[in-house]
Amino acid sequence: MSEAKPPLLEARDVAVRFGGVLALGGVSFVAGHGEICGLIGPNGSGKTTLFNCISNICRCSAGEIRFEGRRISGAPRHRMAPMGIGRTFQNLALFPTLTVADNILVGAHHLGGAGFVAGMLQLKLGRREEERARARLDAVADLLDLRNSLAALVTTLPFAVGKRVELARALIGEPRLLLLDEPAGGLNHAEVNELALLLGAVRARFGLSILLVEHHMNLVMRVSDRVIAMEFGRKIADGTPAEVQREPAVIRAYLGAVT
Amino acid sequence: MVLIAPLGFLGDYQLFRLTLIATYALALLGLNLVMGFGGQISLGHGAFYASGAYTTAILMTSAGVPYWATLPCAGAAGAALGFLVGWPALRLRGHYLALITLALATAIPQALKCKALEPWTGGVQGVIIDKPGAPFGLPLSPDGWLYLLALAITAVAFTLVANLLRGRIGRAIVAVRDHTLAAEAMGVHVARLKTRTFALSAALTALAGSLGALETEFVSPDSFTVFLSITLFVGSVVGGVASIGGAVAGAVFIVMVPPLANSVSRAAPGAVYGVILIACLYLMPSGIAGLLRRAAASSWWRKRKRGGEHVA
Repeated sequence: MSEAKPPLLEARDVAVRFGGVLALGGVSFVAGHGEICGLIGPNGSGKTTLFNCISNICRCSAGEIRFEGRRISGAPRHRMAPMGIGRTFQNLALFPTLTVADNILVGAHHLGGAGFVAGMLQLKLGRREEERARARLDAVADLLDLRNSLAALVTTLPFAVGKRVELARALIGEPRLLLLDEPAGGLNHAEVNELALLLGAVRARFGLSILLVEHHMNLVMRVSDRVIAMEFGRKIADGTPAEVQREPAVIRAYLGAVT
Repeated sequence: MVLIAPLGFLGDYQLFRLTLIATYALALLGLNLVMGFGGQISLGHGAFYASGAYTTAILMTSAGVPYWATLPCAGAAGAALGFLVGWPALRLRGHYLALITLALATAIPQALKCKALEPWTGGVQGVIIDKPGAPFGLPLSPDGWLYLLALAITAVAFTLVANLLRGRIGRAIVAVRDHTLAAEAMGVHVARLKTRTFALSAALTALAGSLGALETEFVSPDSFTVFLSITLFVGSVVGGVASIGGAVAGAVFIVMVPPLANSVSRAAPGAVYGVILIACLYLMPSGIAGLLRRAAASSWWRKRKRGGEHVA
């Protein structure tokens, strides 16, 4: 019998302790291939901590996280992108002195191998890589409607466009899993609608999976295949959006005790 | 062509000053790579300059290596020293690199005076070398030939660094400066990138030191005190750290301003130098290169605006 394909992302009993505070008390979940998975919870529920563990910003005190069967918890942060995990940040983390095009191209850094010598001497290896990266840049910019902003400095852009640049920067690196940290944060109603459509389009186009942490309940319920709800550092619900919305523990967590 | 023209009409002393400008431009190119693009402070590039100068002097006098063959050796020595210093220092945060490089700059003159090394370094006396003459029977004075050599090497180095900064590595260097965590999330190996950038920077400055030794025909510990590192730092900042053109502007400042200060006041040239320096920093906070860039941008903008009105 052949072994079953490991799940795309698997967290096993992940716990995080900050001094005496237990921020995360043993959370397990599985995200499947091609899924959009939403991580929700009130402030202080530990969802951001869990997200930071997955993206290796924060180290697990116990438990482990596996991506495609390989352990990623504790791996160096610069190894995440080459393994196939791209991410965006909650408050824009763009490179302010670079143009939009160069910001996005940094996302393709790990796909290239041309080093200092190849770069200085303009060797063929580097030139070919650069051409490939620029072709991908065009494709991503078209999809995210950034064509006309490519030459602009990112500091001159509206917030919502900056968020799209971050998404483009993550996508150009060809991730199989995309981690989005509050993608709807700071967006207005119309922009959230656009984002919802965009996430669907991105998944269809690149065949990737998405894990998002989000406060915007409407967006999460609309785009997710599966929702994981957290409270006080523990998972309280895990299922389809409809199931999670019906879950008494979730209603209690958001609306307070109903007795 | 414009740069080769001075060979025709300038005297040896003027050519010597131009050669110094080309040499310092190369040294500052290295420093700008670390400070302007890498966003880190080095107060010790004089040490790399010294390592290049001594490599050339020792190889020429003790090993009889022809001067042209010592140039790549000087670059390699600088890269090795840069790597050794940068490897641990760049893993530390904040201003540790500035402190460690400052310590290096302070230690180098002492180390060069070390008794055990005296057979090669000449101790306090230093090493005297010969200025190479023009090869292939070119009708040039030694100063003319060195000017040409320094100009060619500096021009090639500027081209190579410009190539580098335009591509994958250049983007990564700036990305790490702008937002280290995000750069890391994009797969940039920050420590490795910084170490290699620092080694390249040290190599360029060491190469400049090698040319400098040929020009002055003499190296000694007292030519490479902390003051040299500070001078390079000042040149880098006054020229404009975040541009490679700023390296040329900074080199002009380093070579031209001290004699100027001396001609204003023989009694206190340091004070005059300081006043000029403060005035430069006050009037051009982003350096000479930054000022020129802004001037170019504003005239471009004016033209465009006028063009726009024309259309309307």
